[in-house]
Amino acid sequence: MAEKQQKINAEPESKKDSTVSSSQDTSSIAISMGEKQREISISEFFAKNKHLLGFDNKRRSLLTTIKEAVDNSLDACEEAGILPEISVDIIEISTDHYRIIIEDNGPGIVKKQIPFIFAKLLYGSKFHKLSQTRGQQGIGISAAVMYAQLTTGRPAKITSKTGQNKEAHYYELQIDTQKNTPKIIKGEVVNWEPNHGTKIELDIEATYQKGDQSVDQYLKETAIVNPHVTIIYTNPKAEQIIFTRATDIMPEKPKEIKPHPYGVELGVLAMMAKNTEARTLQSFLTNEFSRVGPGTAKEICENASLMPNMKPKEMAREHIEMLIHGIRKTKIISPPTDCISPITPDLLEKGLKKEINAEYYATVTRTPSVYSGNPFVIEAGIAYGGQQQADGSINVLRFANRVPLLYEQGACAFTKSIIQTNWRSYGLNQSRGSVPQGPVAVVLHIASVWVPFTSESKEAVAHYPEIIKEVKLALQEVGRKLASYIHKKRRVGEELKKRGYIEKYIPHVAEALKELINLKDFEVRNVESQLKELLEKQRGKIEKVEAENEEFDEDFANIGKDDSDEESDEGSGENSDE
Amino acid sequence: MRVQEKIQMSKSEKKQENKGNSGEQVLTEINTIARNTYDDIIGKKLPQLSVPLRSLQNVSYDPKVGYFELLGKFKERTLTASTVKTFAQTLKMMALSKELVKTDDIATKREAYYVSKNWGEARFHEQPESDTVMDDIEAMLMVNREQMGFIPEEKGGDVSGKLIVIDKDTETGKDIEIDCTKFGSGAYSVPSNVENLKFDTDAEFVLAIETAGMYQRLVKHAFWKKSNCIIISMGGVPTRACRRFLRRLSDEKNIPVYGFTDCDPYGIANIYRTLKVGSGNSAHINKYFCVPKAKFLGVTPQDIIDYKLPTHPLKEIDIKRTQDAFKNDPFIQHYPQWQKALKLLLTLKKRAEQQALAAQGLNYVITHYLPEKLAHPEKFLP
Repeated sequence: MAEKQQKINAEPESKKDSTVSSSQDTSSIAISMGEKQREISISEFFAKNKHLLGFDNKRRSLLTTIKEAVDNSLDACEEAGILPEISVDIIEISTDHYRIIIEDNGPGIVKKQIPFIFAKLLYGSKFHKLSQTRGQQGIGISAAVMYAQLTTGRPAKITSKTGQNKEAHYYELQIDTQKNTPKIIKGEVVNWEPNHGTKIELDIEATYQKGDQSVDQYLKETAIVNPHVTIIYTNPKAEQIIFTRATDIMPEKPKEIKPHPYGVELGVLAMMAKNTEARTLQSFLTNEFSRVGPGTAKEICENASLMPNMKPKEMAREHIEMLIHGIRKTKIISPPTDCISPITPDLLEKGLKKEINAEYYATVTRTPSVYSGNPFVIEAGIAYGGQQQADGSINVLRFANRVPLLYEQGACAFTKSIIQTNWRSYGLNQSRGSVPQGPVAVVLHIASVWVPFTSESKEAVAHYPEIIKEVKLALQEVGRKLASYIHKKRRVGEELKKRGYIEKYIPHVAEALKELINLKDFEVRNVESQLKELLEKQRGKIEKVEAENEEFDEDFANIGKDDSDEESDEGSGENSDE
Repeated sequence: MRVQEKIQMSKSEKKQENKGNSGEQVLTEINTIARNTYDDIIGKKLPQLSVPLRSLQNVSYDPKVGYFELLGKFKERTLTASTVKTFAQTLKMMALSKELVKTDDIATKREAYYVSKNWGEARFHEQPESDTVMDDIEAMLMVNREQMGFIPEEKGGDVSGKLIVIDKDTETGKDIEIDCTKFGSGAYSVPSNVENLKFDTDAEFVLAIETAGMYQRLVKHAFWKKSNCIIISMGGVPTRACRRFLRRLSDEKNIPVYGFTDCDPYGIANIYRTLKVGSGNSAHINKYFCVPKAKFLGVTPQDIIDYKLPTHPLKEIDIKRTQDAFKNDPFIQHYPQWQKALKLLLTLKKRAEQQALAAQGLNYVITHYLPEKLAHPEKFLP
């Protein structure tokens, strides 16, 4: 004990010695540190950060893998203007081991790109351009390949064909985890029936379970906000569910835009300057950015105290910094917003009606807004009453660029906006600082050329004040509609009750009069009919409030629910009937 | 059937001429209201019932008149979807009254409530509902509910002392004399209808007492014998019968009536005020059911100080009641003496019960308090 204490006391002293010690000592430390410093392999990085990529547990890994593949397929189809038809198969190989096969009818991938797209992290077409797509960073699918490799050691099997008369290419790929380069295990030309498309097969460690945050739920919600998509899904229990497309109309193709100067940070700006083909700063600004014309470019240069004819490739760090200052000083009009394609209120409501059997629906698409130079659109929908549970928190469905967000609800800007909205004035219960309670489902969608997520797993929208403000405005809009519905319903309910009174008590009035002034039977009948006419005329016409939801599909709504859930649902249904 | 009924009716009419007259008046009134209602409905017009507003807001006080008079504010109850139930109940209740008057029968307020249980959907759920409808009809017809055949359950009050009540034997109809000095430790009980009673007395005053406890003490020690008086236990707010009984004694025998209550807002602004000038709720019958010449003996707020009475703090409701009296009660508003007394009560923030006098000795009230008070009736509060 005493010995130990001594040691502890001694330690800081020796440390002090070392810090003040001669330069020779420091350099020896640097040498020993240098021995430890080396390139971090991509697999190590992955293993340490898999929670950031959405692979933190076996159940979520299954979802993330499928999500990345399906998102890519949908992006590819839409970019090529093809109505997407995607099949998703999950096959149980052994306990906790599943084979996942996802096939699309997209445009296919040219031969030389296949290995890079699937077996190199941070490779992709979407990172460098700004347009409303599901995938953004070029991490997703290669991370799934990496996960397969790390958990089962099996390569990813890719088949792709770009057209009817083209060859179909088959690859078995792994990632060289030291160099982050594709390792081709096998590459050959095969016979593949479809005209075009891509198929990926991955063996991964996972668990399959229905309920919230399940693959079933994800695919269902995807179908809700992508009514132009057909998904054929076979789960490990060999149950096949087909989500048929509800419309043949493709969503408006999102336009690609150049970055807006306000949204560009120092590092990115430096990179852009280095890679540009423009010879002068002036043309760099007008060519590579949106909303910058010759006049604005000149103003930026003036504000930055830089010569418009200087060569962008020769700009030093301080020049880039000056340029950033110049941009901030200059008034530049907001980026174009026609590059965003929202779901639209009608389709949003249609999707909601399919999933939730409520008595009232309201949806809204806000006008575009801008955060950090990136245009975005918020859409909100609300479903009230019907078969939804009255106690407990409301049900929140979140979407970003038409992708369902199933995890990290608490960290999402959507949730924060819901909490900050005063739902009590819309007729719901809400305790301070929490999500409101009541028989309500809220749907929120952000469409943007660049959706800011809190992490690479892309499950929670980051807390930009502009986004939170827009979400709150959208919620207030549907909230007001809901409040007026609840109000109207209450009013009509009272009206019906009063009408009931009329029916109930008129005979008593007539009977009392009969006793009081010895009315004859026909006089009694006269009194009854006259009174009824008088009172009902006085009350006027009755408004109709509740509408039948013909779009509701019970089987569809039950997809993705826990089996145990279904049973208890049926139980409560019976009770309410009684 | 109908003929038989008529014979029975004429018999009963002969038996009680007095009641027959007012009964006839009630029947006519009821008939008029019902006929108007029927004519309106057939004429495609929404019928209306016009009921005098029964509250302090609709009464005025003038000491020359002596009681709360109706100001003539009416609430029109038009038959609409929201009033159709009450409307039906009012008509049904009037039909019941008609039946009672015709057959010379009576129903207590509670019995009337039970009769409504046969009215299907129009039945009353609680007795206060039927009482309110009954009070409305009473006010609408401007009659006393007894004339409509409805009687209260409550007893009128206990009486002891120098009074002979001349009543009639219910079977033979002959006069009987009831000597209120001969009840020992018991008491004569005021009946619900006092109109046919006659009195014989040489008492100097009537003491109307709030609590049965104080009354018991005065009976036990035969206070009425020493002071040559009549004592009555009101048991809280005096019933209509009790008020009418006292009124007739006061008017016909010209005896002063002195109120003796707890010293709190309820004893003053409710019990004594109702005894003297009536209430807002039954303003349409106050004319007969109050004692305008009554005076207030005690316990006064000043007594709390003078007799060093043990007290309790005023409750929230007491304070509210007092402020209410200042604001709404035309009686309190008329008398500065009462305002002064109530203000003193609010300043003291205390209330004292009659029986607090026992702190000075159990019979202190008989030996000192009452004699001292009675020596100066001119000091009594109005």
